[in-house]
Amino acid sequence: MKLKSKTQDAVLFYTLRVISLLVIALLLFIMFVLTKSAWPAISKMGFSFIIGREWNPVEDQFGALPFIFGTLITSFIALIIATPVSILVALFISEYLPKNVSRIIALLVEMVAAIPSIVFGLWGIFFLSPLMKETIAPFLKKYFSFIGLFEGPSFGIGILTASMVLAVMIVPTISSICRSIFELIPKHQKEASYALGSTKFEMIKMAVIVPSLSGISSAVVLGLGRALGETMAVTMLIGNSPVIAKSLFSPAATMASVMANEYTDANTPLHVSSLCYLALLLFFITFLSNLLAKSIVKNFSRLR
Amino acid sequence: MNNRLFRKIKNHLFFGLILLSAALVLIPLFLVLKFVFVQGWSSLSLSFFTEIPKPVGEVGGGMKHAILGTIYIVLLGALIAVPLGVTCGIYLSEFGKSKLSKTLKLTVDLMSGIPSIVIGIFAYLMVVVPLKSFSALAGGVALSIIMLPIIIKTSEEILKLVPTHIREAGLALGLPRWKVILFIILKGSVSNLLTGIILAISRAAGETAPLLFTAFGNMYLSYEINKPMATLPVQIYTYAISPFKDWQRQAWAGAFVLMVLILTLNLFARYVLTKIKDKKGI
Repeated sequence: MKLKSKTQDAVLFYTLRVISLLVIALLLFIMFVLTKSAWPAISKMGFSFIIGREWNPVEDQFGALPFIFGTLITSFIALIIATPVSILVALFISEYLPKNVSRIIALLVEMVAAIPSIVFGLWGIFFLSPLMKETIAPFLKKYFSFIGLFEGPSFGIGILTASMVLAVMIVPTISSICRSIFELIPKHQKEASYALGSTKFEMIKMAVIVPSLSGISSAVVLGLGRALGETMAVTMLIGNSPVIAKSLFSPAATMASVMANEYTDANTPLHVSSLCYLALLLFFITFLSNLLAKSIVKNFSRLR
Repeated sequence: MNNRLFRKIKNHLFFGLILLSAALVLIPLFLVLKFVFVQGWSSLSLSFFTEIPKPVGEVGGGMKHAILGTIYIVLLGALIAVPLGVTCGIYLSEFGKSKLSKTLKLTVDLMSGIPSIVIGIFAYLMVVVPLKSFSALAGGVALSIIMLPIIIKTSEEILKLVPTHIREAGLALGLPRWKVILFIILKGSVSNLLTGIILAISRAAGETAPLLFTAFGNMYLSYEINKPMATLPVQIYTYAISPFKDWQRQAWAGAFVLMVLILTLNLFARYVLTKIKDKKGI
């Protein structure tokens, strides 16, 4: 029996739709599976899990605050370092360099994104952490100790080392989005600014940065999303001890790093379920930050 | 006059800041590349590619099992992700205005933002727990979820580059739409779609976190899909945090091989994709 071509098309259309639905269902399914396996911990501890400061699997005590703190502080420091640098590099590529050269620099910046995080971790252990211990930490202690964040001995690994590597890793994410936004700025807008007698800096401030502010902020939020979920490099460099310390030299642990370290060794059901609870929290934090970035872009394009 | 001088100085200062930040990005890149290439090259030997690890304490051995394991698991992941991903790419490029495709687009964005360690836990719960063993299959499933959004996105972009008049020409010949899509649009873009797949593979090949408790790793050569399997990234991790000098050397050699593999695939795919876009004048 030969199908009419309209029927044939309907078959194609519905096959495509079903497969697309499958992919959407997969995302929901991931959420469901995580929630289900986190449920014992959620029902037992509920919200106190999030504010608990004690993480002791031997005593069946599970509080996630040290990990939430570790994740937030490393991502935050990474963003503080990476945001200005990424924006400036994006400007360098889109406004200052001739087209041929800018392509090469852009390619180099994107190459950073292609380097696997395990390689950054390896480099961090054998290059950055000795450098931190012997050069950077004494320098910071000598000249910036009044801030109060640089105290105690540095063992090379710790919050600051992990944050620095994270910063390097998220620069390509932020700068490539910024660059694509800067390239949308119409030429006449820049020329109008020059015609008013601006210097190049004033032109960039007036005609490039200010109109792109919301785009830039969505790029930063996306960078944040990447930093929050980054696992290997941070696990290798943060020292993995669940403490909340004041000094940036001290070791800490993040939500991702504790999962990487403890998941295979977890043998009580509550321990496994607590780690799944953490995974679920991390999932939702990154989920929300990506959603936020999306909605900023959406509002931005509506304004234009 | 004074004001003008001030503005000029500010302008120059800004340029200085820009140069400084370019240096801040490029210097770590060169340091990482230099470190991996110098340390890796000096630790590399032929036996690295042909031997499996020796027992602890004995010098020598290699990562043949991990290199083959990475290829095996990445291809397994691609086997799952490519059909799904390309199909969704077709749907987005050909029927991109429906409500479902907008939801799909959002899903793709959100999926590419899921931390890879969370994907690892998901694959553990889905595959390792029911089968009661770490397995290459679980690793493949985890990597396929990482590849899926990348493949969907690049496929959509690539298929959208096919000009509308080609679709119309096909329809004007009286072909049903599915034939136009399958035999004209898809067939003409096969090599470009492959480029997108290579890009996804280059990303998945470097992932460690999702493999830690799925493929897990081992110390011998294995081709069995339901048994643990070694991969380069996990092997590098195990060796890097070990106290043995010889193992650390091997980690460097492994990092070197992994970087060459990934950067070659990645740069090749990027080069081809920009070529395609340039040709189409986009």
